[in-house]
Amino acid sequence: MEFFRISKDIPFMRHALVFNVISLVTFLLAVFFLFSRGLHLSVEFTGGTLIELSYAQAADLEKVRGALGKAGYTDFSVQNFGSSHDVLIRLPLKAEQNTAKIGESVMNALSVEAPGASLRRVEFVGPQVGKELAENGALALLLVVIGIVVYLAFRFEWRFSVSAIIANLHDVVIILGFFAFFQWEFSLSVLAAVLAVLGYSVNESVVVFDRVRETFKKVRGLSTAQVLDHAITSTISRTIITHGSTQMMVLSMLIFGGETLYYFALALTIGICFGIYSSVLVASPLVMWLGVSREQFVRVKKQIEGANRDGAVV
Amino acid sequence: MNRYPLWKYVIVALAVVFGFLYTLPNFFGESPAVQVSSGKATVKVDSKVLERVVATLQAAGIENSGIFLDANGVKVRLRDTDAQLKAKDLIEKQFNPDAGDAQYVVALNLLSSSPQWLSSLHALPMYLGLDLRGGVHFLLQVDMRGALTKRLDALGGDLRTLLRDKNVRHAGITREGERVTIRFRDADTRTRARQIVEDNQPDLQLAEQGEGDDLKLATTLRPEAIKRLQEFAIKQNMTTLSNRINELGVAEPVIAQQGADRIVVQLPGVQDTAKAKDILGRTATLEIRMVDETPGAVEAAQAGQPPFGSDLYVERGGLPLLVKKQVVLTGDRLTDAQPGFDNQTHEPAVHLTLDAAGARIFKDVTRDNVGKRMAIVLIEKGKGEVVTAPVIRSEIGGGRVQISGRMSTMEANDTALLLRAGSLAAPMEIIEERTIGPSLGADNIRKGFHSTLWGFAAIAAFMIAYYVLFGLVSVIALACNLLFLVALLSLLQATLTLPGIAAIALALGMAIDANVLINERIREELRNGSTPQAAIHTGYERAFGTILDSNITTLIAGVALLAFGSGPVRGFAVVHCLGILTSLFSAVVVSRALINLIYGRRRRTESLAIGQIWKPGNQHGVIAD
Repeated sequence: MEFFRISKDIPFMRHALVFNVISLVTFLLAVFFLFSRGLHLSVEFTGGTLIELSYAQAADLEKVRGALGKAGYTDFSVQNFGSSHDVLIRLPLKAEQNTAKIGESVMNALSVEAPGASLRRVEFVGPQVGKELAENGALALLLVVIGIVVYLAFRFEWRFSVSAIIANLHDVVIILGFFAFFQWEFSLSVLAAVLAVLGYSVNESVVVFDRVRETFKKVRGLSTAQVLDHAITSTISRTIITHGSTQMMVLSMLIFGGETLYYFALALTIGICFGIYSSVLVASPLVMWLGVSREQFVRVKKQIEGANRDGAVV
Repeated sequence: MNRYPLWKYVIVALAVVFGFLYTLPNFFGESPAVQVSSGKATVKVDSKVLERVVATLQAAGIENSGIFLDANGVKVRLRDTDAQLKAKDLIEKQFNPDAGDAQYVVALNLLSSSPQWLSSLHALPMYLGLDLRGGVHFLLQVDMRGALTKRLDALGGDLRTLLRDKNVRHAGITREGERVTIRFRDADTRTRARQIVEDNQPDLQLAEQGEGDDLKLATTLRPEAIKRLQEFAIKQNMTTLSNRINELGVAEPVIAQQGADRIVVQLPGVQDTAKAKDILGRTATLEIRMVDETPGAVEAAQAGQPPFGSDLYVERGGLPLLVKKQVVLTGDRLTDAQPGFDNQTHEPAVHLTLDAAGARIFKDVTRDNVGKRMAIVLIEKGKGEVVTAPVIRSEIGGGRVQISGRMSTMEANDTALLLRAGSLAAPMEIIEERTIGPSLGADNIRKGFHSTLWGFAAIAAFMIAYYVLFGLVSVIALACNLLFLVALLSLLQATLTLPGIAAIALALGMAIDANVLINERIREELRNGSTPQAAIHTGYERAFGTILDSNITTLIAGVALLAFGSGPVRGFAVVHCLGILTSLFSAVVVSRALINLIYGRRRRTESLAIGQIWKPGNQHGVIAD
């Protein structure tokens, strides 16, 4: 079997401007939704209580709501979780509340109006924790960005590292944009998925850049755009196959992983799709516009740092 | 050129054997067990206890399938859960005849059913996190300000005693925020006092303030003393928590410090979460203080003007009571508290035992205050409650104290339990709580397992269809990766959570990238006219640089997650990082070893079974090698 029967290099760079405009528009849309709608943060970040119940028969959500209302709870949300038997109750953080007893008191309230529930899970997060998690998440993101930029600059060229990180941050923002637009729950595991995507889709750029470097070194007389086209074309089969394989695994999580892994897998799916797109069609044009050229690679073996262009090339 | 030296094959073979060995325990499952461990520091669990357990079970005719002693205590493996429950009740009755004073913790547990020889190799099943096995997780925050304030209040008392002993007259000692101020009327006295305090309280920093006849000596704790105090507070709280948890009978509780001022408590397998929270949630501190009995003071306090140096509390009966701020004793001087009865009146009573320093202080205080009342104040979440305020009948020496009067047996029991469970050095608050029912845990394992299984199957099917023999080799390498990863997780006993299982699946999905890179590269070399052997060689060679770069960038993300993540993210990050490392080895070394075994020894290789190689008919060649 051979899926990719490409005889000529595909002229990706000819349409570079179009792709970058598309990226810019999606990026701006994502930013717009992030600001206008905001992320639907999970209890881990906002603080509050989460209670998962399971009924033997299909649960009557109205009765559950009624029971909670009678017990004096306000601002709660009740919804099905995974199946019609499982119910998820979210309670906001309150100052004067005996947090230790909240699970019990909810169960007591329900036992009258909507009996037959068994407690599956209770999660309580205090206000201190949420703020810290958000801070740590931002710090982790920053560390990943710095780490990758430094590593790529060291292994390749600063132009590569800058365009790779821009392309991949663009992915991250778009994932967040999706979560904001659909108001999917943004939890800690989604954060983990986002950071994993960042590391993973940089892979993609690395593979393409590796080829770019190799082509620059091996072949003379090609324009930068042709080199990029060649590099992308010759790696496109591996790009699609690899991402396809990873996506198969993620799809399996999406289907079998249940509610807990659902958003995690969803974030990965979006990340993988945009990862292919951005590393091929965003990072490469950026590299071109940042002015990457053959000399930067052939001069690697030069004797003196900062030798001028007339300097001997060894 | 495609041959490995023998030692490389040996390394691969050893790695696979190691992988099998340490993965093996995960297949044996777990069997019900009962665990007997020490409930008190003074009680030792040794071979005598083991013999006693054997005798107890034999007498009742309960068969066991293995009994042994380890660092945690005596563990008995039983045939089924019925026998487990029966055995637990029996042992509980035998070992703790007095339920109020449990010497041993008897708990239900699950033990790995892997054979002894595996366990002795330290090959254990993966350590499952709470979201997979069910249980309770708490994160408690220790109120360090509270600890400091309390220390300073006690310090005020110490300074007062010290200056009185040395006959230095001062004009009052007060705590103002984080410092204690001593006032003086003349400079000479202040100099003398300063000398004395410096000699006796090395933890203090002194500063002279004020002028005229309002001279002050401001004392603050040195930073290192504060640090020591905080370390002590968290240790003390952890000890107290483990005492309290012992009452619950949990087989493998985890009590660990997290950061400077937090404590994580994990109680795997606990079903009765309400009781657990109740016992842990009693984040109370205990203080013994004197009652302020100045006539008319209570009325003034009720009107909103409590006298200086006293607090207004409400007694359990509902009567108002003025209690001096100065702390005579804190709960950490208390070594034991038991409910019982007064010898003469046969009223319910609580018997307290104090440590040596506590006993001395208590003796002094009671001698000076016969006929007066002292209050035992329980402080929960910043609010104080007077548990009891007995009258001191006589000087009490020897550290044995009895509190009696106006108490029911029930109240005596409650009070004793609260006192005995140990009081905390600093107040604590639950800031995060997670309770996972056992059925949810089993569900999560099933879901995680199925995700990985089907994902793996899909990838394997595709790889073999697309790359034929090279695909099969890639799949074997991927399976080895899974084997190594599970073996490493079992060996390190890293906690496996549901995000951890997701990370295993993702690691496999990402690890295949390396093999795809290699296979594509080999195809490309073939397309460009290399001989099969040369194609294999250059394919692996060229792909390696790319694989290394891309794995390192992924690893950077993994390490950042590990450094800043907590809870579920950490569980994900650990597996993610390990997965990247194992995939580097398996995708490059293991798959190469297999390919070398298959093709390396053939003299003439006409073609490679790597699937169809399509060559463009007319080469608009950009590559001109």
